[in-house]
Amino acid sequence: MFTYVLYGLAFGLLGFSFFKDRGKTRMALKKAWKSFENILPQMLGIIVLIGILLAILSPETISSLIGAQSGWIGIVVAAAVGSITLIPGFVAFPLAAALLQHGAGVVQIAVFVSTLMMVGVVTLPVEMKYFGKRATLTRNALALVFSVIVALILGGIVK
Amino acid sequence: MKNLLKRYRFFLVMLLILAGVAVFDTALGLKATQMSWDNLLDLMAVVPPIFILLGLLDVWVPREVMIRLTGENSGFIGVALSFLLGSFAAGPLYAAFPVAGIMLKKGSKLSNIMVFIGAWSTTKIPLLLFEATAMGWTFMLGRLILNLPVILIIGFLVEKSMPKQDLAQIYQSAESF
Repeated sequence: MFTYVLYGLAFGLLGFSFFKDRGKTRMALKKAWKSFENILPQMLGIIVLIGILLAILSPETISSLIGAQSGWIGIVVAAAVGSITLIPGFVAFPLAAALLQHGAGVVQIAVFVSTLMMVGVVTLPVEMKYFGKRATLTRNALALVFSVIVALILGGIVK
Repeated sequence: MKNLLKRYRFFLVMLLILAGVAVFDTALGLKATQMSWDNLLDLMAVVPPIFILLGLLDVWVPREVMIRLTGENSGFIGVALSFLLGSFAAGPLYAAFPVAGIMLKKGSKLSNIMVFIGAWSTTKIPLLLFEATAMGWTFMLGRLILNLPVILIIGFLVEKSMPKQDLAQIYQSAESF
């Protein structure tokens, strides 16, 4: 549904742009393609890597590692697994919900979800291409630390 | 051709590993292929509008305007705008990096770009609805409220931790995007 809004917005503005200035519109599309083509190789590689990882790490496997009783070890495992890849929320939440049903703990799942979406070890090279080494590592390290803090508080709220 | 091979090296290695997995364990290989394919379709569904908007942003919004709105002295407006821009996005975080690249090129403040990245990863509106359905409203709202200050703090700390010359270098390399 939201995707349609995004499409509507993009094509609406594109039409408006074309109406205003054809040359500029052609240039915008050229830039769009260039930016896409620039990141495509890494994207494709990451997609396959995530596919392999998700196939190996079944919900049963993960929840046996990050169960409600797993404590700090479970939190560390959840952070480690979550940090490896950057997974879109549309994949992450059904996975997280399945893990909760299989007996994973709330804190561990919150760490897992937050790190999945904010911390990406696999995508570090892509991020460094834009932000350099230092800013990239700082951002990911901070996101990791705060994911754990937020999860610990969240564990107290959600029972 | 050789250049193309080099650029897609990582992807090709991943395909080889996938093939290896399939030879070793057919069911696992099929599952991994299915997951990759689903991932790809999900991504391709949201990628065209993002990159079209990125192209339009690059061509139509002059650097001066972008600097005024999200640059060094943009203050609250810059933070709020970066937040909104990220929250109205779709797709995984690595699709945000090219957009962030254009923001760098246009002179947005690094802390604001980090807020944009944070919003993209955590407070995307369609994702929040999805999260509430899958995990319950308490989980979603709790995580959202806790993460709002976190996103601002990360943005602030990343910028503050950067030495001047490193910062200058990031902006310089963004010229070529």
